[in-house]
Formats: sequence, structure tokens, C-alpha cells
Amino acid sequence: MPARIWALVIKEFLALLRDKKSRFVLIGPPLIQLLVFGYAATFDLSHIPYAVYNQDTGFASRELLGDFQGSPAFQQVATVENEGQIAPLIDDEKALLVLQIGPHFTRDLLLHRPAPVQVIINGRNSNTATLALNYVNTVLLSFDTRWAADHHWGRPPAQLVVRSWFNPNLLSRWFIVPGIVALLMLVVTLLVTGLSVAREREQGTFDQLLVTPMGPVEILVGKALPGLIIGALEGCFIALVAVFWFQVPFVGSILALLVGMALFLLAAVGIGLMISSLAVTQQQGLLGVFLFLVPAIILSGFATPIANMPELVQDLTYINPMRYFLVIVRGVFLEGDNMPMLWSQYWPLALIAIFSMSAAAWLFRHRMQ
Amino acid sequence: MNLQRLRGLIRKEFIQILRDPSAIAIAFFMPVFLLFLFGYGVSLDAKHVPVAVVVDQPTAETSAFVGGLQQSPYFEPQIYTSMHSARQALMARKADGILWLRSDFSRQMLQGNTASIGVLINGVDANNARILEGYLQGIWQNWLQQRALNAGAPLIIPVNGEDRIWFNPALRSRDYLVPGLIAVIMTLIGALLTALVVAREWERGTMEALMATPVTMSEILLGKLIPYFIMGMGGMLLSVALAVWLFAVPLVGSFWVLLACSALFLLAALGMGLLISSVARNQFVAGQIAIIVTFLPAFILSGFIFDIQSMPAAIRIITHIVAARYFVSILQTIFLAGDVWPIILWNSLALLLMAAFFLGVTLRRSHKRLD
Repeated sequence: MPARIWALVIKEFLALLRDKKSRFVLIGPPLIQLLVFGYAATFDLSHIPYAVYNQDTGFASRELLGDFQGSPAFQQVATVENEGQIAPLIDDEKALLVLQIGPHFTRDLLLHRPAPVQVIINGRNSNTATLALNYVNTVLLSFDTRWAADHHWGRPPAQLVVRSWFNPNLLSRWFIVPGIVALLMLVVTLLVTGLSVAREREQGTFDQLLVTPMGPVEILVGKALPGLIIGALEGCFIALVAVFWFQVPFVGSILALLVGMALFLLAAVGIGLMISSLAVTQQQGLLGVFLFLVPAIILSGFATPIANMPELVQDLTYINPMRYFLVIVRGVFLEGDNMPMLWSQYWPLALIAIFSMSAAAWLFRHRMQ
Repeated sequence: MNLQRLRGLIRKEFIQILRDPSAIAIAFFMPVFLLFLFGYGVSLDAKHVPVAVVVDQPTAETSAFVGGLQQSPYFEPQIYTSMHSARQALMARKADGILWLRSDFSRQMLQGNTASIGVLINGVDANNARILEGYLQGIWQNWLQQRALNAGAPLIIPVNGEDRIWFNPALRSRDYLVPGLIAVIMTLIGALLTALVVAREWERGTMEALMATPVTMSEILLGKLIPYFIMGMGGMLLSVALAVWLFAVPLVGSFWVLLACSALFLLAALGMGLLISSVARNQFVAGQIAIIVTFLPAFILSGFIFDIQSMPAAIRIITHIVAARYFVSILQTIFLAGDVWPIILWNSLALLLMAAFFLGVTLRRSHKRLD
């Protein structure tokens, strides 16, 4: 039996790697995407383009604006002379926000009266707007603290002292890059397995495979192994790039990550084969891959937290293998998790793997036309 | 170009579409399914964030602060009796952060010192952590203001930011995510519809049969393009209808401008699919390429969710070859801000160039030759 499976695996690899185009498709794009997405996918803002409308002539407003100029997160793109110039800047997205300082800013502050700064912001992208407002607030806060101390405003009764665990500088790259490990592993495995049975079916070679002495389990194993091998190789490679190129800390147990990878790949390969054997044509297979891939990524917690989703959608994410694997990758990379701590993620993955593999095996036998 | 021949080709394509309903599913079922899923599923608005609260010595001061937390819709405070158990809750991901009021909190304030409010946040999801920090700061500032008001004391916050948020005053993330999603979904649909159709003809040998007829290559390509364009526009209209009526996203700009821009974008997306299909000549490889070049780039590089301005310069340049980038910008502007012509025209020009490029290259690469 092993020899027969081995022959099928070799045949599958030949089919996958036969011509230059398909070889490239499996190796080139994931690596390019890893590098591009690793840099692109960040929620941290830098060079926030802002404009200044300063009606105050005193030193306080100059001091405050100096703080903004000194901050690497902000980049001044324009100085506004009158009210009418504000709208075009925001409308045309030349500036994300405009800081407007009233004419009595310095006077009010010297008289110990609170002076407001108006922040006019483009809310088209509400997440960017929320984050930019937080950045503005941080600058204002440090200005306030300094001003209060220098000009005898009295000290605040209490102050927030914020520390963050696992990611002290709150770099979103540390969060996203381990996520990309999971993302690309899923994409590559589905690429390899999603169309493989549908292609044989469309070309009629699947019937030939079924009349060979191989049992459905052997066919399943032979079809699954290439996906597992390619997925595992690329997964390990991407994890290494995450650590050595993107400098994401890796504080957990390597074994815990490998176990998670194996379970995740089994689940993904099973789902890929399931889709593939359900499809009669490759077009249907491709549609199936997308119908699984897109929700699996968006509803996984990769970019937006699962906790923000409505209850019903949150329940739906429990059947998504990516959800569990993301917790495993991030836990191992950043939080220092080991195997016992991840048990609650392993068993659902194993369940999904068992279910999808058995379903694929059953479909092999029963979807004959 | 012969209109009668073209009509024949289009009819043939429609018959083929009806025979394998997956194309209809792609054009009409996919947008509804995906918009439903994401419109409800994707949100960056944190609400009811579980926060562990540890108060070493409860006093009137501490309960005033914790009360502010309890009233906020953003937090769901859970009281823990010791830092140790709170830490364990944070480790077990039961709480996203810890708020710690030490035993000397009230005494420090009475003595005129600045007491510290300890905040520990799980920083793994940095974006979420930052948003949380911002919410906490808001609560802290409210608390300061309330205290100053109650005591009749002067406020000790010299400068306060007054936010004027244009286009989306409530910062509803759905209002910007749904238009962005339409761009992502249309990228998928555009490429999926056409990615396999030319490759399929090659693979099944029917391309050879077509070549033996008097039709020209441009007629073959147009015969592919027109049916799928009609279906794609149908899917687009469906998405816009869902966005406006189901998700209540305001459509500030003009519907016809939106329609015209969508047509341009769809041409670019279909053109990309056709190019993939005629380069690969093999459904398997064409399908793989379509998976790689459509969804993830449209998701990550289009500005749909990650801000393009904040990407490194080299990556910003790469985003210019992602058609979805222009469409996301157009959609967010037309939906939320209105017909802002500088943005619409420049992005439309880019889309036009991309459509011309994809279709032109496809035409140039397709010869009536078998090898």
C-alpha cells in the first residue's frame, strides 16, 4: 500500500510542478506576497498629512505646533490662511486632518482658561480617523502635562500609567506578520488541493484512478500529501522570515507551533479536497475555493477582532480552522505559549481535520456520475 | 468586426453560462453572500471590551472612576479581588486589559500628589490595544472634568482637542468598510468570471474550432467580455442596493457617477481575468493565478482596511498596480463625501489606463495560432 500511495504522490507532484508556470505559481507569489504584505499590512500610522490653520500669534500655539512638527507620526502638508481653504484640503484627501487654533489661544492659556484646538478630520476611513485622533490626543496630552507644570496649573489628581504586555511598543507588525504565516499557508494549501480532484474529473482521469486497485483512503492520502508537504515547507519558511527578516519576537515553544501547523494543514487540505471533489468542473472548484477562502480569512481575526462581530457571526467562526491557528501562531510568537496552554485550540482543529478528511474520502466514493 | 458574428459568439457564451450555473452564482450569489457576511462580520468598533478591574482599597474616589468605566459602552468591567487573579484572566484571554487602582490611590490624591492609575493592556492586537488606550484616556479626561466641576476647582487640562469628524461623524466603521468591500468583491467577481473562460476553450480544444471559423481574435475576446460585463454590472447594482438599503450606508454622491466608475473598474477587472486566462491557457494554472492576484492584494493593498499613506514608500508604489485601490478611493468618496471631482477623475483615469492595458495586452498576445 505505501508503494502505491507513493506513486500517486509522485504523480501529483509531477502534475503540480510539471511546467514552469505552475512551478512559479506555487513558489513565487507567496514569497512576494509575504514581503509586500508584511510591510503593507500595518495599522500604525506614520506621515499623517495634516494642515494648520493658526489664528493665534502667541508663543503657546507655536510651541504646540512645534510638538506636532517634531512627531514622526505627523507630516505637515499645508498652512491654511482662511476658513474656505479647509474644505478642499479634506475633500481631496490632501490632508487627513486640519488643526485649527483660535485667535485667543495664548491669551486664554496665560489667563489659566482652557483653550480648545479644533481637529477637523476626514472620517471617510473611520479606523484611520480614530487612530489619528488618538495620536493627536497623545501629543496634546504631553503638551498639557508640560504646560501645566511650567505655568502652575496644578497637578492632575491622577494619571494613567499604561503598559502593554507582549508588545510593549504596540507595533501592529508583530500582530499582522504571524497572521500572514497562517494566511499564506491556507492560500497555498487550497491552491494545491482545491482544484486537483476537479481537474481529474473534468479530464476524465479520475475514473481511471478509481478503477485502479487503490482504495479511496489511499487516493485521499496520495492527494493530501503534496498539499501537506508544500504547505508545511512554505509555512516553516514564512515563519523563519517572520523571525529573521521582520524581527518579530519568537518566545514560545517551536514544538507547539509545529503541532499547530500540522493540525491546521490537515484541516485545510481536507477542506480543499472536499471542495475539489464536490466540484464537477474546475470553474466550480475555483468558486468553491473562493467561497471558503474569503470568509475564512475575513472572519478569522486576521485583521479585525472576532470580539467585534455580532454573536451569530462569532458562533460561525468556530468552524473556521484559521481562527484557531491564528491564536496558536500569535500565542507562540508573542505570548510564549507552550503545548498545554494551546490545548483549547488544538482539539477543535483536530476535529475539523478529522471531519473534513472523512467527508473528502466519502465524497471520493459517492460523487460518481 | 462583424456584428452578426459577434452576436453569435455572445449567444454561445450565454448558453454556456446557463449550462454551468457557477458563473451565475459568481455574479449574483457571491456579492449577496459576501456582503451579508462582511457587512455584519467585519467591524473595527470595539464594544464591551472585557477589562479586569482591581481596586485595592475601595473608596468614594475609586468608585467614581470605576463608575465611569461601567457607564461607557466600550467596556465591560469585571471586578477581580487581586492582581494575581486579574493577571491570570489576562493570560487566559478572558480580559483584554487590567485597570489597577492601588491602595494608596485616594491617599495620594488627598495629599495633593498625583496618584497613578495602572493600566495593563494585552498588546498582541496592537490596533485594538491602541483603540482601547484611547477609550481609557477619554474616560480619564471625563473623570477629571467631572471632579473639577464638582469641586468648583479650575480644570487642569489646558488644551483640549475638539474633534470635527467630517463625512462619518459617528465613526461607524461599517460606513467605510461596506463601500470598500464592494471593491474587493467586484475584484473577485470580475476576475473569477473571466479567468477560466479563454483557458477553458484552449484546454477543451474548442479554441481550435473557433479559429477555423472566420471570426477574428478581437471578436472572440469581445464575445467573452460583453456577456460577463453585463453579468458583472448586475452584481455591482445588487451590491450597491444592499449597501444602501440593507446596511444604510449613505450614498451622498450621484448614482450615475458611481455607475460609470463601476463600469470602468469592471472593465479593468474583467480585462485582468482575460489576460490571466489567455496567458495561462490552462484552467488549473489560471485558477491558481486568479486566487493569488485578486483577493489578497485587493484586501491588503487597496486601502480598504490598511492605510496606504502609512505604508513604506516602495510598497506605496506597488499599490498603484492594484486596480481595487482606485475603486476603493472612488467608492468611499462617492458614498460618504459626494462627487469630489479631483478624486473621481484621477482615479477614473487610472482605471481607464489599467483597463486599456489589460485588454490591449490580451489582444496583442492572442493570435490566431495554435502554439
